[in-house]
Order: sequence, then C-alpha cells, then structure tokens
Amino acid sequence: MSPQAAGLLQLTALIAALALAYRPLGDYMAKVYSSEKNYAPEKWIYKVIGANPAAEMRWPAYLRAVLAFSAVSVLFLYLLQRIQGSLPGSLGFSSIDPDQAFNTAASFVANTNWQSYYGEQAMGHVVQTGGLAVQNFLSAAVGMAVAVALVRGFARSRTGELGNFWADLVRGTVRILVPISVIGAIVLVACGAIQNFSGIHQVGQFMGGTQEWNGGAVASQEAIKELGTNGGGYFNANSAHPFENPNPLSNLFEIFLILLIPFALTRTFGRMVGSLRQGYAILGAMAVIWIGFTALMMWTEFAHRGPAFEIAGGAMEGKETRFGIAGSSIFAVATTLTSTGAVNSFHSSYTGFGGGITMLGMQLGEIAPGGVGSGLYGMLIMAVIAVFLAGLMVGRTPEYLGKKIGTRQIKLAACYILVTPALVLGFTAVALALPTPADSMTNSGAHGFSEILYAYTSGANNNGSAFAGLNADTQWFNTTIGIAMLLGRFVPMVFVLALAGSLAEQKPVPETAGTLRTDKPLYAGLLVGTILIITGLTYFPALALGPLAEGLAS
Amino acid sequence: MTNNTVSSTARVLGAGLRALLVLTLVCGVIYPLAVTGAAQALFSDQANGSETKDVNGQVVGSSLIGQRYDLPPKKGETSPTPDLRWFQPRPSNGLGTNSVNTQYSLLLSGATNRSGDNEELVQWVKDAKAAVVKDNSTATHKVNPADVPPDAVTSSGSGLDPHISPAYAELQAHRVAEKNGLDVKKVESLVADHTTDRLLGFMGEPRVNVLELNTALRDLTR
Repeated sequence: MSPQAAGLLQLTALIAALALAYRPLGDYMAKVYSSEKNYAPEKWIYKVIGANPAAEMRWPAYLRAVLAFSAVSVLFLYLLQRIQGSLPGSLGFSSIDPDQAFNTAASFVANTNWQSYYGEQAMGHVVQTGGLAVQNFLSAAVGMAVAVALVRGFARSRTGELGNFWADLVRGTVRILVPISVIGAIVLVACGAIQNFSGIHQVGQFMGGTQEWNGGAVASQEAIKELGTNGGGYFNANSAHPFENPNPLSNLFEIFLILLIPFALTRTFGRMVGSLRQGYAILGAMAVIWIGFTALMMWTEFAHRGPAFEIAGGAMEGKETRFGIAGSSIFAVATTLTSTGAVNSFHSSYTGFGGGITMLGMQLGEIAPGGVGSGLYGMLIMAVIAVFLAGLMVGRTPEYLGKKIGTRQIKLAACYILVTPALVLGFTAVALALPTPADSMTNSGAHGFSEILYAYTSGANNNGSAFAGLNADTQWFNTTIGIAMLLGRFVPMVFVLALAGSLAEQKPVPETAGTLRTDKPLYAGLLVGTILIITGLTYFPALALGPLAEGLAS
Repeated sequence: MTNNTVSSTARVLGAGLRALLVLTLVCGVIYPLAVTGAAQALFSDQANGSETKDVNGQVVGSSLIGQRYDLPPKKGETSPTPDLRWFQPRPSNGLGTNSVNTQYSLLLSGATNRSGDNEELVQWVKDAKAAVVKDNSTATHKVNPADVPPDAVTSSGSGLDPHISPAYAELQAHRVAEKNGLDVKKVESLVADHTTDRLLGFMGEPRVNVLELNTALRDLTR
C-alpha cells in the first residue's frame, strides 16, 4: 500500500471513530450541563468552595468567577515554579526564573501550553503533575463552561441567567474530563507511554555505558494534554517523544482525543438549543475546513518542495519514522485547528506551504473544531457574523436561533474577532521593529519572519505549538507572549459572556418564511466562506511575507 | 459601594482559591496516583520504559528510545565516527545531547527545527547522503545515491527515533554482513524478521527497530 493510501485510510478510521463517539458523548455532555443532580463527592467539593451549584449567575457574576478562578490559578502556578527548588519530589531541579515562570503559568492557565522551558530538564514531578497537568484539566473545563454559558444564552429567554460557573467547572472536570482521561491514559500506557514516579536513573546501553532517564506521570498527563486541547509536553519533543507517543496506534488515538470533545460539543449545542440540525450545520462547517486542511497538508508534505527535502527525497526532517508523512500531517492539522499545540513532528521543518497551513489553522481562530469550549464559542461568534452578513445582503434584521442580532450583539462579536489579530500582528510588528528579538531566530529570511509570526499567532490563539527554532526563553518573548496568551484567552471571554447575557435577556423572535435557515448546508457554506474571507483579509499580508514567500520560492 | 466591591472581589477570589485547591487534589493527586497504580499493575513493562535485554539478560536500553552506535571518540575528534559493524540509526545532527541542565546528563529530546531552505540543513543532508553512500558501498555492492531513503539523511522529531525505514536497513545489510563476516542473505533475513509492518495494514509506516535488530545481530555473532 502506498503511504498516501495508508494516510487516507488513517484519516477515514479517525473520522469513523469520531462519528461513533459523536452522539453518545454529545448527548452525555448536554445532560451533564443541564443536570440538577449532584453526586456526593461533588457536594463535598461545593461545600469546600462555598458555592451553591443551583444559584444562577448573570453574565457579570459568571465572568467574575471565571476571571477570579483563573487569576488565582496563574498566581498559584507561578509560585509553585518559583519554589520548585525547595519542594520535595522535584528531581533536584532548581526554581524557575520569574519571567519564565510567569510565561509558563499564563500559558497553562490560558489553555495554551506554550513552553519556553525544556520539560525533561526543568520541571520535577510536583510541578508537572500537581501544577501543569492540573491546569490541563481546569483550563479546559473553564473553556467548556464559557461555551456552555453562551449556548444557554441562545437557549434561554427573558432571563439573563447563564448558569453557575462553579457547577459547570466541577462537572466538566469530574464528569467529563477525568473519566475519559483515565481510560485514555491506560490505553497510552498499554501502547508504551511511561507512567511511574521514579527519579533520575541510569539504564544500560548497547555500546556499553549508560543513559540517564527521568521517570514521570507521562501517560496521565498526555491523555488530558490531548483531551483538553492543551498541548504542553512532558518532554521537550512533546508527542514526538517515544515515551509520550510510542506507536502508530497511540498516534491516531491522541489525534482522536484532541478532536473528540470539540466536535461532540456541536451535538451538545444542538441538544441544548433544541435543534440537533443547528448543531449539524456547525459541525459541517468545522468538518469541511478540517478535512480540507488535512488533504492540503498531506499534498504539500508528500510533494516535499524545498531544497533540503528535494535532496533528501522526502520531507522527513523533524518527523518520526513510525508516523511517517501521513501520520504527522494529520496530527499537525488537528493540533493547529484546535487550541492544542501538541506536536508529533516539528512544524518548523515542514514545507513552506505546510508551515503556512499550520499558521492559517490557528489564525482562523481555532474553530474547526477548535479548543474544548473555545472552539464552539469561537464558531458561534462566526455564525453570528455570517447571519449578519446574510441579513445585510437581503436587507432584513438578522436572527440566529430565534434571537435578534442587533447592534449590541454585532459590536460584541466584532470586538471578539478583533482581539487576536490585533495581538498577533501588533506584537509581531513590534518584535521585528526592535533590534534584539530577531536574535532568537534559528533560520533567516522568510522562515525567520515566520518563526516570530508563528510565536505570536500561537500565543494569542492559545495554541502553544511553535516554529521551535525560535529561542523563546528570553525576557522579551517570555513576557510578551505571556501577555498575548492571557489577553488572547480572557478578553474574548468577556465579549462571549456579555453576548450570552444579552441573548438570554431577549424574548424569542418567531420564525417566519423570511427567516434565514441556519440549519441547512447553504448556511454552513456561507459560514465557511465568512471564516475564510475574514481571516484571509486579516492575515494575508503577513502570510505572504512568511510561509507563502518560502513556499513559492521552492 | 467601594467596600462592597472589595469584599465581594475578596469573596470570589477566596472561592476561586478553594476551588483550585480541591480540584488540584482531584486532578493532581488522586488522578495521577490512580492511573499510576493501574498502569503498574496492568502494564508494568511499558509503564517503566519498555526496557529491552540481550540473550545474557543484560539491559541494553529501551526499545522505544533510539541510541547511537559510534566508535569510542579518538583524541581531537569533533564528531563521532559510526561503528559500521552495527546498523546505523537516523542522523542526530547534534540532538540528544544535554545542553541546558548540566547537573545531569539526561537524555534530551528535540528537533533541529531547520527549514527546507536552511543552508545548514541542505549541507547536512548532502553530507549525510555522501556518507551513507560511501559507508555502505562494499567491493561487490555499490550504493546508488538515488536509493538512499529520506530517513537516512534527515533527523527525527524527537532526536530519539528508535526506527529506520526498511529501505535504509536493507541498504545497510551488505556492509553489516561484510563487517561481521556474515552471509548477506542471513543479515537480510534478520532485517526482514525485525521489520514491523503497518498496524492492521494501514496505521503508521513500515519500520525496523534498530536496537532490537542490532541486539539480535550481536547475539548471532557471539
């Protein structure tokens, strides 16, 4: 079988597995977030928090809880790294410097998992397992909570109440993320991922002498790293490291975990707004972009244009033998179209166009299918914009899911889509205008520019992958990317929750013959077009200087 | 009014802190310990790094972690010379060496991150190709540069790739047979025995585990 055919079969198997999980998981999540029942351990957790899970919050209160919880999380994770040197179970690693500790804390709380540190050489068991992996769960649960709050905004009328943040946070964690992660982690261990708490130890080698390993709770962190679309690797090589991603089965399984919740949330959305077809339209738009990008990526990587790849006879630099071109391409697209940023191959060594596809995937706003929660709310914002554009074309007041999309709603949606491009392009421009940041580049010319553009694209969109030739452990990059990650995560959430509140207050508009049918393929097509045009217009000039220039030159 | 805002902010921050601590207990203590317990009970070999042994029971490494098969460095040598008795892995281009935390000599994973138009990478690939052709050409068997597969001249994503393509293993068989005084057919069948096909015929790529192959080769020669 040719590698191309094997790649298509892997993609097909992946689609089949996602399709099988779609209904049960989507329905289950809708039940979790609509449930009024609290299990005994949850009741105990609410008691510790001091929260009443049945108390409804309006959007300002919901937002305050999100921000307070996240602020405390950043501070806690920062301090944990700063005192690592004096903590037991740290493998003797020293405390992390302030700028890097800030960057890492912001990164993991913002669901980005950008890493300017070398996992295996910097972070001990306590910080990895008790700090970083915890935020893998909680940042994901926060994203889902905000998405569910927006869905409630569409589903509810004449209220303004969006649910209880603490209940959404706890349920998302203990009823969705933890159980799937347990199963996922065991599957990964069975494939060969390590899971132990041994210290640094010596292992014999073939040619004599020994090599030095550190152990760790790798599989348990790997499972939630993919499932929560986080992406922060235990090891520097992330999912390219054989202890994180040992074989082709674990590779497909990890891609499955990345895409599982973001796709299934469209079913949850359909359920909660009372029309599964609305969810399918969103799913359709996501799937078209995802499959299209994957096909393009496989094409450009198999074609291996670029001087070094043409001499080598294939674009295998930075890719593992066991995954090959296809398994690497599918992973690269899944990780950049979601907010994951885990990598099983190094994007900096992709072809010029391949690197461009990973960047464009993030620049779309990570909505196809996007991060857990953030993908759904990002896509719903675009759905609102698409409805507005359609309304302009026919001269009617736009409506979506029985809610009027008026001035306030459009303003909030427009603010949402302006935040990340402003951060990405602004910081990239400043970094290039200043004399020193460019010293961090490994490659020169168009690719060097791409390294910096990629860094801010990845940070502001909360992805976390990198054109890792860039030495990002400098005060400038640690600080500015840290700020970009926090603003790129939490400012959009403000607009999402404000929008949710304004929608939940409205009374529903009855559907008429003139209402745009948003549950039809035509609308899904309009949505895809809107996404591509808005992103294209925003980022095309920057992409032309980087990956397009590199791709066209080869 | 201001007092109210301050105290309500303090209240919600307090709730946030308590939520963080209790969920840290769930996700950062109970979850990893439970998974570790289950992993150690069910799959202790894998959970501890898939160590592999030779016939004498000596641990020779992990079947998942690639190694170098180089001659002991001579005085004044800047780059190591491959020991041509053994099958060679993919190039490492300086990867895998400890650079950051010098307290230990831990295995460090990572990639070169060079782009396709990077001049250094172009040179590395050219040099690697020339070396593969030279090292593997024997008196009776000349290697054609067009037959050198891409994995033989590029470094991997982790720098610890345990595998090479079957094509690269077969290309090395003549040389390995000559250096070890073995029959080429015998070495080729050893390669075939250690070739893993795609899982279920379509997952991943066909590959050869270099450590396992070399271990079997050494067991054969001593």
